[in-house]
Amino acid sequence: MVQVLFIFIPIIAAIFIPVLFKKVRGIHTGWFVLIVPVVLAAIYASYISRVMHGEAIVSKVNWVPSLDISFISYIDGLSLLFSLLITGIGALVVLYSIFYLDRTREQLHNFYVYLLMFMSAMLGVVQSDHLISLYLFWELTSISSFLLIGYWYDRDRSRFGALKSMMITVFGGLMMLGGFILLSIMGGTYSIRELIAQAPTLATHDWFTLSLVLILLGAFTKSAQFPFYIWLPDAMEAPTPVSAYLHSATMVKAGIYLVARLTPIYASSETWVWLVMGVGLFTLFWGSFFAVKQTDLKGILAFSTVSQLGLIMSLLGAGAVAFHVDQAQDTVFKFAAFAAIFHLINHATFKGSLFMIAGIVDHETGTRDIRKLGGLMSLMPISFTVAAIGSFSMAGIPPFNGFLSKEMFLTSMLAIKDFNLFAMDTWGAIFPIVAWIASVFTFVYSFYFVFKTFTGKYKPELLPKKAHEAPIGMLISPIILASLVLIIFFIPNIIGDVFVKPAVLAIQPFLYDSVSAIPIHVSAWHGFNTELFMTIGIFVVGFLLFLTIPKWQKLYNIVPDWLSLNRLYDRFMTFLDKDLNFISKLYMTGSIRNYLVYMFSFIVVITISTLFVKDAFSFSMEGTAPIHVYEIILILVLIISTMTVLFSKSRLTAIIALGAVGYSVALFFVIFNAPDLALTQLVIETVSVALFLLAFYHLPKLSRHEERIRFRLNNFIISLGVGVMVTLVALSAQSQKLVPSITEYYKETVNTLAGGGNIVNVILVDYRGFDTLFEITVLSIAGMAILGMIQLRLSRKENEHENK
Amino acid sequence: MEVIMAIAIGFLFMAAVYLMLSKSLLRIIIGTGLLSHGAHLLILTMGGLGGSAPPVLSEGVTNMADAIPQALILTAIVISFGVTAFFLVLAYRAYQELGTDDMNLMRGTDEDDE
Repeated sequence: MVQVLFIFIPIIAAIFIPVLFKKVRGIHTGWFVLIVPVVLAAIYASYISRVMHGEAIVSKVNWVPSLDISFISYIDGLSLLFSLLITGIGALVVLYSIFYLDRTREQLHNFYVYLLMFMSAMLGVVQSDHLISLYLFWELTSISSFLLIGYWYDRDRSRFGALKSMMITVFGGLMMLGGFILLSIMGGTYSIRELIAQAPTLATHDWFTLSLVLILLGAFTKSAQFPFYIWLPDAMEAPTPVSAYLHSATMVKAGIYLVARLTPIYASSETWVWLVMGVGLFTLFWGSFFAVKQTDLKGILAFSTVSQLGLIMSLLGAGAVAFHVDQAQDTVFKFAAFAAIFHLINHATFKGSLFMIAGIVDHETGTRDIRKLGGLMSLMPISFTVAAIGSFSMAGIPPFNGFLSKEMFLTSMLAIKDFNLFAMDTWGAIFPIVAWIASVFTFVYSFYFVFKTFTGKYKPELLPKKAHEAPIGMLISPIILASLVLIIFFIPNIIGDVFVKPAVLAIQPFLYDSVSAIPIHVSAWHGFNTELFMTIGIFVVGFLLFLTIPKWQKLYNIVPDWLSLNRLYDRFMTFLDKDLNFISKLYMTGSIRNYLVYMFSFIVVITISTLFVKDAFSFSMEGTAPIHVYEIILILVLIISTMTVLFSKSRLTAIIALGAVGYSVALFFVIFNAPDLALTQLVIETVSVALFLLAFYHLPKLSRHEERIRFRLNNFIISLGVGVMVTLVALSAQSQKLVPSITEYYKETVNTLAGGGNIVNVILVDYRGFDTLFEITVLSIAGMAILGMIQLRLSRKENEHENK
Repeated sequence: MEVIMAIAIGFLFMAAVYLMLSKSLLRIIIGTGLLSHGAHLLILTMGGLGGSAPPVLSEGVTNMADAIPQALILTAIVISFGVTAFFLVLAYRAYQELGTDDMNLMRGTDEDDE
């Protein structure tokens, strides 16, 4: 119970933020906000001792019991690791934002409310054991990301980026919802744990692969995998703390989390292995290759994030391979899942610090354009040190944590070629090659990022501000992260035992009984093996490529701009906006007549087809009333007067003919024993005709407005259809009385309950008294409207009339 | 009898719809008038035209007409009168303001939406 509430602490705290912002102007609102992630991080840290031994802690709050929907906070190794990242990095980011966002100029209350909302949502995603609440939190992260990207909402690029991320991630989210629903139908439960328990039976279900693909769409859009990554570079319009937090450390890892969490269910599928590993690896290559093209510091980092997410994704795919190998814990396949989680931690530390440095550079020089920057090393020594640590770790250089996980990554990719299922023995060799090339480019952009910014020639004339070192408060967070980068390198096995192995147990529960059974030991030195030579190759080739960037950067211009995925997205959006609008306008003409045509046609088609498809039409002469001469004469009168209305050229004839129709209807009422109706009809018809005559005096001549034959023919066909339809319905209704008339009830009770004899009148004033009351109301409203219309004179129109 | 009535009602509906689809506002109003007549007769016919006496309780009468369709129609007659009156005045005012009763000329334009 309490544990579930922890998820909601940030969003509850968010309620007080606007008040604090308005009332306490002297203190930066961020200081109040900072309490929330710090407290939460402390709470979750207290779980470590229990969870690190493989224990899982569950707490449940019912939300919609009738639909079996509840909030379940399920904390195992994987959830706890993510929760700690969310709150820990969250605390550092809030601290950083206090110095990044100006207290007096920025709308801090908006910013922190969105940020806290995101924190709750993200905690919900990683702790929910219930598919529906997981989806709910998932979409909430998309929404808060949208709000945060669009935080500077008066900038066009911000709004564009916000919308783009929203469109893509919500698209993926909806696909994922479809996958979840299929999964829950297959398993008969919403609980992920229960679904994992019945994984073997799920795999044989027809929908298994479909649900897999749908869920992966959700994960891939969220985690910016190719080809959905295009929203992430545009999301860089968000304030830098947001980029560091949502778009590198946490939200974009929600997809990773989902893949990791569902691995036990789907790992048995060949599609899963190929998709997760293939898409991940390609994204790794694509992101690293195009990172060097970027000129915006944050743009480089965005592509680098895309690429690193791909790396983790491919490792998770490779981790799924272990499910297909006997005694996987003794083979080389065991490393992938461990490497994925380990690299996830490392990435959060070095990428977080790099984003913060990019923000500092932006803040202190006024630009993020790498072409204008250079030579900042002497001016900003601390920033340079942090940036260098982060970049070297990203490049995979010892003694930083990135080196360790990069080595394990290479090991895992090399292992793939020894896997003999799913045609991997044929294609498996591609994986280490692509991984190696991508790592070379990773090396290049890491160096590109740090050395283009901090070394070379200082160009003060290009910078909007005079560069100087950032205030110490702003540097605290990146320094902490950079120290972690260094520390983790020296204590990888402590991190491994405390955080990584419990998470691996959650990903591969079938392989290991307990956390201590995971036989992985991280070490920096493995002797002279293939990985080491690959790494050395990466350094050498990477460094050469870095030195020659200007020579080969032209390569990027080979592919024309209009072929890019971004253009595709733009075209698609234009299509949605303009072209679909154009199509709508083709039939939404603004003319009521056209709409009537659509409506009548559809009514005719639907009713007649239903009549025949459902075999509802019947015709019988049984029980019909006898035919009299009077009735025949009346019908003739009715038809002749209707024809007269149709074909008359003069207004007066039409009105009188309409009156004749009305009076003959009244006579029908007389014949069919409805005296009340006849009386009412006579009175109303008389008034109507008078009214028509009165109004027609003011109205123009009865003109057909040059209606063409084709126009009339169309109208005739539609009206003929309506006429036939009504006749068929009337005949069917008459021919089959499915239930006896309820008039008997009135006959029996009209005297005892209402004390009257005239059933029709009593029904109106007694049984349905309110109905009649409202009928009178309608009439009075119509009367008032008529009065209003007659008295209303639009002043604008009157002036126009005077001018005419 | 019901069969003949069904055909006559179908004819009324056809004429009404044909008029409603024309361009002239006046013909549209006449069309709605015809439509309500058709609808009233339709309700009456669907209930069955049998019965030899009005639905009023009196000694010795057993085979009286169905009261429920009549009660419904009574409401409908009054409402359709209200609608017709409203339409007429609307047409009259529209003609006064716009100078036309051609529906094609009276349609909204894109500028109105913005």
